[in-house]
Amino acid sequence: MIFERRLLTRDRGAGILEKLWQIPWTFVVLLCGVAAVGYVALLSAGSGNPDAYAQKHAIRFGFGLVVMLGIALVDIKLIARFAWVGYLGAVALLVLVLLHGNIGKGAQRWIDIGPIQLQPSELMKIMLVLALAAWFHRASWERIGNPLFLIPPAIAVLVPVGLILKQPNLGTALITCMVGAAVFWAAGMRWWKFAIGIAAGAIAAPIAYERLHDYQRARITTFLDPESDPLGAGYNIIQSKIALGSGGMWGKGFLQGTQGHLNFLPEKQTDFIFTMIAEEFGLVGALTTLTMLMLVVAFCYLVAFRSRHQFGRLLAIGLGTNYFLYVFVNVAMVTGSIPVGGVPLPLISHGGSAMLTVMLGFGLLLSAYVHRDAEMGPMRE
Amino acid sequence: MTWRPWGGPGLLGGERSIRKEEERRRGIFTRRAAVLGTIQLGAFAFLGSRLYRLQVEEGARYATLAEENRVSARLFAPPRGRVLDRNGKVVAGNRLNWRALLVAEQTADLGATLETFSKIVPLGDHEKTRIEREVRRNRRFVPVILREFLTWEEMARIEVNAPDLPGISVDMGTTRIYPETEHLAHVVGYVAAPAEADAGDDPLMQLPGIRVGRAGVERHHDRILRGRAGAVQVEVNAVGRVIRELDRREGIPGQDVQISVDTELQKAVRAKIDEGTTAVLLDARNGEVLAMATKPSFDPNIFNSGVSAAQWRQWTAARTTPLINKATNGLYAPGSTFKMIVALAALEARVARPGDIVSCPGHLDFGNNRFHCHNRNGHGGMNMRTAIMASCDVYFYEMARRVGIDRIAAMGNRFGMGVDLEIELPGARRGLMPTRGWRQAQGRPWSIGDTIVHGIGQGFYQLTPLSLAVMTARLATGRAVQPHLTRAIGGRPVRGSRPEDWPSLGIPDADMRLIREAMWAVVNGGGTAGASRLPSQYGQMAGKTGTTQVRRVTREQRERGFNVSQVPREWRPHALFVAYAPHDNPLFALSVIVEHGSSGSGAAAPLARDILVEAFQRLGPARPGQRVAEAGR
Repeated sequence: MIFERRLLTRDRGAGILEKLWQIPWTFVVLLCGVAAVGYVALLSAGSGNPDAYAQKHAIRFGFGLVVMLGIALVDIKLIARFAWVGYLGAVALLVLVLLHGNIGKGAQRWIDIGPIQLQPSELMKIMLVLALAAWFHRASWERIGNPLFLIPPAIAVLVPVGLILKQPNLGTALITCMVGAAVFWAAGMRWWKFAIGIAAGAIAAPIAYERLHDYQRARITTFLDPESDPLGAGYNIIQSKIALGSGGMWGKGFLQGTQGHLNFLPEKQTDFIFTMIAEEFGLVGALTTLTMLMLVVAFCYLVAFRSRHQFGRLLAIGLGTNYFLYVFVNVAMVTGSIPVGGVPLPLISHGGSAMLTVMLGFGLLLSAYVHRDAEMGPMRE
Repeated sequence: MTWRPWGGPGLLGGERSIRKEEERRRGIFTRRAAVLGTIQLGAFAFLGSRLYRLQVEEGARYATLAEENRVSARLFAPPRGRVLDRNGKVVAGNRLNWRALLVAEQTADLGATLETFSKIVPLGDHEKTRIEREVRRNRRFVPVILREFLTWEEMARIEVNAPDLPGISVDMGTTRIYPETEHLAHVVGYVAAPAEADAGDDPLMQLPGIRVGRAGVERHHDRILRGRAGAVQVEVNAVGRVIRELDRREGIPGQDVQISVDTELQKAVRAKIDEGTTAVLLDARNGEVLAMATKPSFDPNIFNSGVSAAQWRQWTAARTTPLINKATNGLYAPGSTFKMIVALAALEARVARPGDIVSCPGHLDFGNNRFHCHNRNGHGGMNMRTAIMASCDVYFYEMARRVGIDRIAAMGNRFGMGVDLEIELPGARRGLMPTRGWRQAQGRPWSIGDTIVHGIGQGFYQLTPLSLAVMTARLATGRAVQPHLTRAIGGRPVRGSRPEDWPSLGIPDADMRLIREAMWAVVNGGGTAGASRLPSQYGQMAGKTGTTQVRRVTREQRERGFNVSQVPREWRPHALFVAYAPHDNPLFALSVIVEHGSSGSGAAAPLARDILVEAFQRLGPARPGQRVAEAGR
C-alpha cells in the first residue's frame, strides 16, 4: 500500500521522531494538493487577486496543517479517554450558540471566538464520531445485540441533532445523523435494527413536521425545495449548471471562465467553488479534483482497515464518512442533482471554520494511523 | 455476508475468547466498511457521470447558453387576494395595469437606453432619479418599472422601437383599487410599496411595483392576501428577447378575505355622522364589526401610486386627523357610560346591594373638595337602578369610594377596556384603565379624591370607541365577545362567528339583569335618553348616555349657570352613547362619540337610534334561532 511504513513497535513511549516518521507524508502531500487546487480556484474567484480569498486560504491551511500534525502525535489512548469530554464540550458550545449565537441568514449558527467565527455544529460531528468510537470500542457482538447498550449512543446522536435542528440547520442535522449512523453500522449493529431505526425516522419526520410552527416549516420547505425561492437558490442552481456545463472537456482556462466572473454565481468563493473549477478546467479538472477528494476519503478507509483496535477503525470510518458527505453534498448540489444548499467543499471553499474543523479531524485520523497498533486495552465483556 | 444473530462468544470467557471476539469484530467491521465504501465509491462514480453528462454530453448546449445567451429569472406576481365585504362585494380589488419594465443586465448602456425611452414616453427628472435608484438597489436581473398605466398608443410605440430599447419590455401588472374610496379606508387599509424592512426573505418583495398592506385588514392579512410568487427561467438573447422557457413554477394566488362590515350600512352610518364623530356597530352576539365609521377619512387609492408631499402635509397637518381611525385609535374618557362597570364592580365586591339608597343633594363633599352632580339640585334618594337611569353622579362617587379604583379597573378589563382586543387592525390602541399602581409608577400618589372622580368615568381614562362598543356587547350578552372583522379566508369561514365561541364573563345573572334593566330604563323608563326610543317595530333599545368635559367648568361659570351653547365649539363636552338592541334579544351593540357634541342625550343618543334603525332595516330582524344562549348569563 502506498502509505505503508514499517510497523511501529508496540512498546510504550515511541519517541516524537519515530512518530513523525510514522506520519503518512504521502497523505499530507495529498492534502496540500487539494488545498492548492483550492488556492488556484480562489485566485480565480478573486479575479486573479490573491488578496481577495486565496491568501487567507493559504494561511488558514498552513495553520490547520500545524494543528493537524500536532494532534497526530497525541497518543490515541489519551484521545479515547477524553473523547466524551470533547463531546460534552461540543454540546456545550451548541447550547451556547443557541443562547448567544450570531444570527446569519435567518439562523443561529456561529459564535465569535476572537477573530474566528466558530460553527460548533461542524466541531460537533467530529466530537460525535470520537464519542461513538469510544463507546463502541467496548462493544462485543453480544453487547451490541443488547438494545440497552445502544440507548446511550443513540441519545448521544439525538441530543446534538436536536440542538442543530433548533438553530435551525436541517442540512447539518441530517449529515450529523448520517455520520452517526455510519458508525453504528460499522460497529456491527444488527442490520434489521438499523432498518427499524431508519423506518422510525421516516415515520417520525412527517409527524414532527406537523407540529412545527409555520415559519419553521417554511424554512424546511425552502431547504428541500430551493425552487420555492426562485430568485435565490433556484436561480443559483441553473446558473451553476450553465457555468459548469459550458466548461466542456478541457475548460475555458484559468481566469477565463465567463459565467463565474460575470457574477452569475453569487457565492462562487464558497458553496459554488467547484463550479468555478469545472468551468475553467473542464471535465478533466473537475474529475481530477474529485479524484483527489476521493483519495482523501479512501485514505480514511485505509486507516480503518489497518487499525488493530476498534476505536481507530470506527474513528476513521466516521471521519471518512463525514468528509465524504461534505464532498458529495456539495458537488451533487452544484450539479443540480440534489436540492440542498449551504455545504462548503472542505479544503477548497473559502472559510476558516470548516477548514479548521476538517484539519482537526484529519489530525485525529493521523493519530489513529500513527498509533494503529497501539494496545487499546482488553475489551470488557 | 453471513449474519449469525444466534452466535456469541460463548461462555468460556478469558483471554482466548476475547481474542476470538476481537477477530470476529474485526471481520464484521471489514465487511460493513466494505459495504459503506462501495456505496461511497458508487456515489463518487455518480458525481463523475453527472459531470460527464453536463460537461460533455450537454456541454455544447450549456456553452451556447453561456456565451450567446443569458438566462433570466423572472418572477411574476400572483394576483393579490381581494377583500370582500359581508355580502361578497369587492372592497379591495385589482385592476389591470400595462407597464414598461427595464431589466438592467440586458442593456449595455443604461443611460442611453433611458434616453431613447424618454423620447418615446417622456420621463420626468424625478422619475429618472427613481429609476436609477431602483436599478442600483435591485439585483441586475430584477425588472424595474419605468412607467405604469401605459396607453395603447405608448405601448405600440415601445413595441415598434423594441430593437433600440434593449432590456425594455411591456408587461401586464395589476393595481390595487378600492371602489368604496374613503368609506372603508380605515377598516380595509391600503397598500403601498414595501419599505426596506418589509423585504424579508419573500422573493415577491423584489418584484417591480409590488405593493404590501400598510394599514387595516390589508396589513393584518398581508401574507394571506399576498400569495406566493411564480417564477419562470427564460433564455433571452442579447437584446432581452425571450428565446425559450427553461423552467416555470406557478405562483399561488393570494386568498380572498371576507370581512364582516356591511358596506351599505357603513355608508349609511357615514352619511349620518359629522366630522369628529365616531360610531362602532358590532354584532352583539359574536363581536363581528358591522360598521366602523369615523369622519373625516381619506381615499386609499392615493397611496397606491405614491403620496405626494403636498397631500401628505395636508393629511398630517389637519387637526381632524383623516388618516387616523378614531374608532380604534381615538382616546376618550367614557364619562357616564362607564357607570355600569362601577356598579358591577360594587356588586361583585359586595360593598353595595342593588336596593341600597344613596342620597344625592347635588354634590358630595369629601375632605376639602366638593364633587358636583350634573343635577345641581340633587336627585334625592337613589338606588342602583335609578342612579344609572338618571345618571346620578353622587351615587357613583359613593360607589367608587367604597369599591376602590383597582377593582373598578379589573372589572373594566373584563369588559374589554384597557386591554388588547386583538382586532385585525394593526396599531389599534388598547387605551388606559387607570389603577393605583399605574399612577404610582408615574411617581404620583393616588388619592381617594381621584377614585371618586373616576367613579363617573372622568379622570385618566383613555378608551377607544371600539372598546366602549365591546363593553356594551359584553353587557348585552354576558360573554367575552372579541371584536373582529374576518369572516372567511379563501372562502372558508373562520371561528368566532357564534356566541358559543366566546366564554362567559362569569358575572352573576342577577347582577347582569339589574344592569340591563337600568340601561333599558335609561331609554324606555324615564331615563336620560327617553327622547331616543326606537320605533316600536324594532323592539326596544337599552343604553347609557355620557357627557365628558374637555375643559374644567370653573366655579364662576357654575355659579353663573354654565351654558355650553355660549362657549366655543372646541370647549364643549364630548357626547357619548352606548346601546344595544333589542333589549330582550340583543343583536346589535354600538358606541357613538360626538366630539364636542355637548350632551350624550342630545347629540349621541338620537344618532345611535338612527344607526340602529339602519342596521335593523339592513340586517335585522333576527334570523330565527339566533337568540343568545342563556348559559353563562
